[in-house]
Amino acid sequence: MRAFYGTELPNPLMLGTAQYPSPAILEQAFRASGAGVATVSLRRESGAGQTFWSMIRDLGVLILPNTAGCHTVKEAVTTAHMAREVFGTPWIKLELIGHTDSLQPDVFGLVEAARILTEEGFQVFPYTTDDLIVGERLLAAGCEVLMPWGAPIGSGRGLNNEYALRAMRAEFPDVPLVVDAGIGLPSHAARAMELGYDAVLLNTAVARAGDPVEMARAMALAIQAGQLAHHADPIEARDMASASTPVIGKAFLS
Amino acid sequence: MKIVLNGEPREVEAETLAALLVECGLSGRVATAVNESFVPSSLRGGHRLNDGDRVEVLAPMQGG
Repeated sequence: MRAFYGTELPNPLMLGTAQYPSPAILEQAFRASGAGVATVSLRRESGAGQTFWSMIRDLGVLILPNTAGCHTVKEAVTTAHMAREVFGTPWIKLELIGHTDSLQPDVFGLVEAARILTEEGFQVFPYTTDDLIVGERLLAAGCEVLMPWGAPIGSGRGLNNEYALRAMRAEFPDVPLVVDAGIGLPSHAARAMELGYDAVLLNTAVARAGDPVEMARAMALAIQAGQLAHHADPIEARDMASASTPVIGKAFLS
Repeated sequence: MKIVLNGEPREVEAETLAALLVECGLSGRVATAVNESFVPSSLRGGHRLNDGDRVEVLAPMQGG
């Protein structure tokens, strides 16, 4: 398994912590899924932050703070510094939003921010598109992980461009790749893993499901199935049938 | 002195960022920025506030 800045994930599910019906359900979803990483954010202190932090710490998972909602390089870099101090980790999920409706990353600003943060000792997990050249630029900027979107954040549309995600896997065979955003169903998550991705990052699909705890477990099982299938070297699809039962020895009965 | 704390105008006694956190009861695990620049916790004691400063105090929150 490819390591994330030297760290092997105990489980290839990265689970968001937002939008759950209650803190208790959030906690149960994590326990039911065995997710290895929790994404978190920073917001203005309103009194609830400290309780949330102690609950997340008790989960015993790796913490990946994000720069969600940042639209400029300066804002994202400042947020990353604040997150590093609060969460005590050099890991940062770098989000730099370029488009309000699709939440598509501003890949130009993303590369610039990734370079600044890498030079300042951060280990950057860039939320990016499935563009190969942007991926190359991010790696050149010092990123050792790429996180292309499957579909827009929260859309639940799955893998919008499987061809591009497959091309990315082929282009960067040694880089840990994560499908981040757009997952709606366990089958989407399984598919990402079948393509050889190293992890899946999702939030809304679990948190907004009717039963988040069951969905968290379903996602974890799907991810495990997809990962096993990838390692098992699946057959190629073909157009015509190919009999599976041996023809030799068949009785002559017609 | 008048400052803006997390978007809200405030009249405060504190002269440094560290003192401001004490005055406003922000004692937990937080990160600070003044006028859109990060101020590490180790520098809060020596960071003098000026009239009109915009102070952000951020805490852990749910995120995706």
